[in-house]
Amino acid sequence: MADPMRIRAASKDGVVNVKVLMSHEMETGQRKDAAGKVVPAHFIQSVSATWQGKVVLTAQWGPAVSKNPFLEFNFKGGQKGDKIQLTWTDNKGDKRTDEAAIN
Amino acid sequence: MKALPQWVAGIVIGIASAGAAGTALAQSAAEEIAKYRLQLQAGNPAELWEARGEDLWKQKRGPKNVSLEQCDLGKGPGVVQGAYAELPRQFADADRVMDFETRLVHCMVTLQGFTFAQAAARPFGSGTNRSDIEALTAWITSESRGVIMNVATTHPREQEAYRLGEKMFYFRGGPHDFGCVTCHSESGKRIRLQDLPNLTDRAGAQLGYTTWPAYRVSQGELRTFQWRLYDCFRQQRFPEMKFTSDGSIALTMFLARNANGAAFNAPAIKR
Amino acid sequence: MNQTRRDVLKTSSGASVLALLAAAGFVIPGPAVAADWNKAAFEVKTVPEAFKALGAGAPATSADIIMKAPDIAENGAVVPIGIESKIPGTESIVVLIEKNPNPLAAAFDIPAGTETTVTTRVKMGETSNVYALVKANGKYFVAKKEIKVTLGGCGG
Repeated sequence: MADPMRIRAASKDGVVNVKVLMSHEMETGQRKDAAGKVVPAHFIQSVSATWQGKVVLTAQWGPAVSKNPFLEFNFKGGQKGDKIQLTWTDNKGDKRTDEAAIN
Repeated sequence: MKALPQWVAGIVIGIASAGAAGTALAQSAAEEIAKYRLQLQAGNPAELWEARGEDLWKQKRGPKNVSLEQCDLGKGPGVVQGAYAELPRQFADADRVMDFETRLVHCMVTLQGFTFAQAAARPFGSGTNRSDIEALTAWITSESRGVIMNVATTHPREQEAYRLGEKMFYFRGGPHDFGCVTCHSESGKRIRLQDLPNLTDRAGAQLGYTTWPAYRVSQGELRTFQWRLYDCFRQQRFPEMKFTSDGSIALTMFLARNANGAAFNAPAIKR
Repeated sequence: MNQTRRDVLKTSSGASVLALLAAAGFVIPGPAVAADWNKAAFEVKTVPEAFKALGAGAPATSADIIMKAPDIAENGAVVPIGIESKIPGTESIVVLIEKNPNPLAAAFDIPAGTETTVTTRVKMGETSNVYALVKANGKYFVAKKEIKVTLGGCGG
């Protein structure tokens, strides 16, 4: 089962700043292991963020996004205490959704 | 001045006649690298290890099905806040000086019932082969962030460990006749692209110790102080340093105590 | 609800099939994960091909796209990139790395109400131009910045 993300959401002057750390190998599929075998590609392909049922960001990623991805963005309207949800799906069909309250 | 990457040094040498212009170029390269390092601080993947470590600390595990919450890291059973900044130290119950990782393994054995071999099976993780030790170290050290380093050497064993560590620091051996001193006794040095802190200088010693453990971007892993020593031994072509050996504890004692007075600032993020 | 499937599938340009199906009650809308991964765009090997695959054609250079990234990355495995678009009507921001085996790194869709700035970290195999492609009101714009990499980040 995929590891939880770390989500920090802080509201200031009507704008919510969101910082996310995701736990994922983001394997490019170009690396070889010690035995010389290619390590298969394993990376997050899509990301979405929602607040009160509204989608506030979506993304499509390739394996060039760094391992243990970091993402930061801002959206308007969220209040302290509101929840935001982050979801990622990877090329193997693994998925992870985490929720955090806005500070 | 911060150490520079090889290619920048090459350019600077190439414009030898440029004088002031050459210096300006070197300065701006150092500034850009500082900018890079600063941008990395915004999100440290070490937090993912910290979260796992906190769960592992509180989870009932091992043959005795007990959590680590009664583990005494030197400030009393279960007191985690500020504990790392006082380690290594003499522990009466084990009758020896222990650094954090040694004490952690001790608690896993005595409280949870693991054997030493089980507890110390994987000190350094790789990708999906995770190390519990690294996760636990990340969490416990995060609970000392900001705390002023305060390693005591009041007990005779602590003094002995310090003296042994000092001797090890200056000892030269191996096929290259290297010692820690070879790379870490002058300021402004680097190996290829890696800055080398001067550990014989108070400020260098403080910076060198207080920024481990760290998420190493080049490996995509969180690495502990035992790892740092292990890897230095490997790079010097010394025999393999055993995880939590007396020698590793002594060297840690020497380096940790030399960092006294500085705020502990880990888990950090590094190249 | 007498719409036939054929009616629903007669999509007008700009509306996604998913949205139409949702409107007709065939699909319950939920948190919209990005539509099928754009394999074609992620697998091309050059920036011009990527622009073509993304429908961007030949985007105009814009000074209103600000790239916040260091000039030098100490390690190519993790290069912080922030992109801010000041172009009105910005709908998406895409990151491309010219010298990577596959230049398309990440594509962000920005709904109304979300600021047109995103920050992430990418792998760069070597010193290269990094492109920020912005789609605004159906038009495409681009900015680029060279980032020097001291140690390649593609593994090994």
